[in-house]
Amino acid sequence: MTPRPPSSRALTPWLLAGPGALFFAGMILLPLALTVILSFRAYDHATGIKDTYTLAHYIAVVTDEYYLGIFWRTLRIAALTTLICAILGAPEAYILARMRNPWRSVFLLVIIGPLLVSVVVRAFGWSMLLGSQGLVNQALQLVGLPSARLLYTETAIVIALVHVMLPFMVIPIWTALQKLDPMVEAAAWSLGASRFAALRRVVLPQVSLGMLSGCLIVFGLSASAFAIPGLLGGRRLKMAATLVYDEYLHELNWPLGAAIAIIVLVANLLIMLAYNRMVETRARRMLG
Amino acid sequence: MQKNGPLALVFHSLVVAFVLAPLLIICLVAFTPENTLSLPTTGISLRWFKAVFAHPDFVASFWNSIWLATLSATLSVALAVPAGLAISRLDFPGRDALNALFLSPLIIPHLVLGVAFLRLFALVGATGSFAWLVATHIVIVTPYVLRLVLAALSGLDRSAEQAAMTLGASSWTTFRRVTAPMILPGITGGWLLAFINSFDELTMSIFVTAPATVTLPVRMYMYATESIDPMMAAVSALMIALTAVAMLVLDRAFGLDKILVGQR
Amino acid sequence: MAFLALERLSKHYGNMAAVDDVALTIEKGEFVSLLGPSGCGKTTTLQMIAGLVEPSAGRITLDGRDITNEKPNKRGLGIVFQSYALFPHMTVAENVAFGLEMRRVPRPERQDRVREMLSLVQLSAFADRYPREMSGGQRQRVAIARALVIAPPVLLLDEPLSNLDAKLREEMQFELRRIQRKVGTTTIMVTHDQAEALSISDRVVVMEQGRMTQVDAPYRLYEQPSNAFIASFVGKTNLIAGTWRREGGAGAVDLHGLRLEALVADFPDGTPVTMSIRPEKILLRKAGEGRLDGDIASRFFLGSQWLFTVDTPVGAMTVATPNQGEEPPAEGASVGLDWQPADLRVISATNR
Repeated sequence: MTPRPPSSRALTPWLLAGPGALFFAGMILLPLALTVILSFRAYDHATGIKDTYTLAHYIAVVTDEYYLGIFWRTLRIAALTTLICAILGAPEAYILARMRNPWRSVFLLVIIGPLLVSVVVRAFGWSMLLGSQGLVNQALQLVGLPSARLLYTETAIVIALVHVMLPFMVIPIWTALQKLDPMVEAAAWSLGASRFAALRRVVLPQVSLGMLSGCLIVFGLSASAFAIPGLLGGRRLKMAATLVYDEYLHELNWPLGAAIAIIVLVANLLIMLAYNRMVETRARRMLG
Repeated sequence: MQKNGPLALVFHSLVVAFVLAPLLIICLVAFTPENTLSLPTTGISLRWFKAVFAHPDFVASFWNSIWLATLSATLSVALAVPAGLAISRLDFPGRDALNALFLSPLIIPHLVLGVAFLRLFALVGATGSFAWLVATHIVIVTPYVLRLVLAALSGLDRSAEQAAMTLGASSWTTFRRVTAPMILPGITGGWLLAFINSFDELTMSIFVTAPATVTLPVRMYMYATESIDPMMAAVSALMIALTAVAMLVLDRAFGLDKILVGQR
Repeated sequence: MAFLALERLSKHYGNMAAVDDVALTIEKGEFVSLLGPSGCGKTTTLQMIAGLVEPSAGRITLDGRDITNEKPNKRGLGIVFQSYALFPHMTVAENVAFGLEMRRVPRPERQDRVREMLSLVQLSAFADRYPREMSGGQRQRVAIARALVIAPPVLLLDEPLSNLDAKLREEMQFELRRIQRKVGTTTIMVTHDQAEALSISDRVVVMEQGRMTQVDAPYRLYEQPSNAFIASFVGKTNLIAGTWRREGGAGAVDLHGLRLEALVADFPDGTPVTMSIRPEKILLRKAGEGRLDGDIASRFFLGSQWLFTVDTPVGAMTVATPNQGEEPPAEGASVGLDWQPADLRVISATNR
């Protein structure tokens, strides 16, 4: 006995959701709008934020080598992180899916549990491992290899980012695998496919959407990462987020910082839109 | 289910080692008696933990974070439960847009949120206000609560509510006596998840905290950029311990995978 | 005076009429079933009586009071949902007491009435258990107790037995009737199971595509179905199509030359008719000694009876004979089918 939801007596939904809606509109839409406006305000090192409007900041950001270099580094690191996460995360999700309980639950906890630990802690952990006296170097020295300069390099950033982002890759792929009928793979084998061929032709297409979702999340989060480049990149290796922090808190050039932040936001939104579009076309093709 | 072969298990072990390495090293170094970052090979000492509790800045930040997380999680639940009811039960114009608005903090980078809030604070004179800081954290954690509330509501057997109504209960009584107890697990899980996310948050907070309202992660970041010593490891170990407890509670009560995997 | 009356009750969803112009009067203490296949509108009708769905047109009157637009929590009816809808976080006793709490019945009286009701449904020992600790049949009895303890004027049952396994279903059918007889509550049950409806109702309302097609006591419904659909939905039947021939004062059905005697009916000669004869009304005789000859195509043993499919010139016929203890004709054997002329009924005729 489930009758259809009543179309509202006009007051109730707004009574229930109204306060929250107002709060969110005021706390999200308003500040974002203000930031966009801020990004167009002129700035002078001597006098601060001026009352005139200009495109100078956006122009500077997309033409100045310094900024372009940082953006390029951000994209590069984000792409590399995404790639490595995919290479590590997909097989791991698959292996987890084929484990028996209780191991499966335990290791799922191990893989996604770290999400609940603050990123500062994890970044710090890596700085300890990768430092010149860190564990990695100590291990290398034990084996007789020269110590490597790992900290404050892009390598360190990528390693730590992969560590933080891995759960975000594993979860959507794991979810997609859960929806898969395990007998489908067995059917492929019974028809003569090798393990690898079955994986490639039968399993992979089904989880491709999950992989795509994971890649986009990882890319977006990596590109806007702050703590890891901050702690592991040092002052010289800046990424988009640490750059913004610099402009805001050290240079005090809020409009420029705002411009960079808006660019990061727009990039993220474009990625989301592209993903939604892809999901829609795929769903339409598969479901008709 | 086919078993995993030896190659797969080796790969898996390496991944697990990779995932646990930084956390393990922190927990080990936290107990070192030495003055520098080193493993506790010469003995175990609690000196660095004592140093943490004796450090006024860290203690103050810890309490800031606890209060902040408790308030944001609680207020977020108060906001998300009615909104969730409206979104999942009623059909009204703008419902999808409203849902998207409430979930938007998930796709807006915390960096951007931090910058945007900072601008707002500057204009309304909210810099240094703890209340406004709570407001920003509410925005960040509400999506997690809302998702769990919506999931709990959609899994609810509506006929129990109908039964209550036909037995004479008003809408409010039905909610209080039947609906709320049945979605309580989802609400509690959401509260815990919100708490943890608020407690851990760094990137946005670093823009909007002021000296009086510095949270623990921000304090740790600032400390770590200047000097790295075992005290940092001790604080981190404490945070890991706190997180592990929260994780166990969440997992025992609801199944952590159900809560987190439902994310994103 | 009718206790519960439905007048021209309808529910439209866009162009589709889920319930179309239903009119029904129910006496106090009656047990009425709404019977039909899924989508026939029986559940929607029940929901409208309960107040969970708003009617598009029509009126519902209870004991003289117009309840058509009253809210469900004001109608005071007892409802047993298909999924039982027990409150999972309350014990059995708390579940049953809920309606009394809503009516602000004082605690001592509440406890007494709950106790009484639990002993009526034979669940006294389970008062402090939780629904998840109980079996399907037990949960159903809790749902019944919860609906009856408030002494409602009408009890509504939505497919109460469909979630139970076959053996339990049979037991619960009689249990349901026993409880209803004891308490005397007017009851309306919705079901798609004709055996259920026939066995425990005082009257059965057959519904098809939103409309009531026949309202009758179970026995009359079975023996005199008013159309071919009802004839085959309620019980099993054999349907034969042919042409009516008048022969002086008598009549017969002509099926491509084969004439089967039938009772007089007022059709002009040449009317196409559909006849129905129930499997248990057909007797097996030796080949040539019946009205119709045929070969046994298949045979099934059902414990208390044998079921045969017999190929005849007029088509495949289903025959049911009680198990007399000896072996009946085998598959492939030739037999004669015989019956009383009165058992061959006219179900429908065009050109009427």
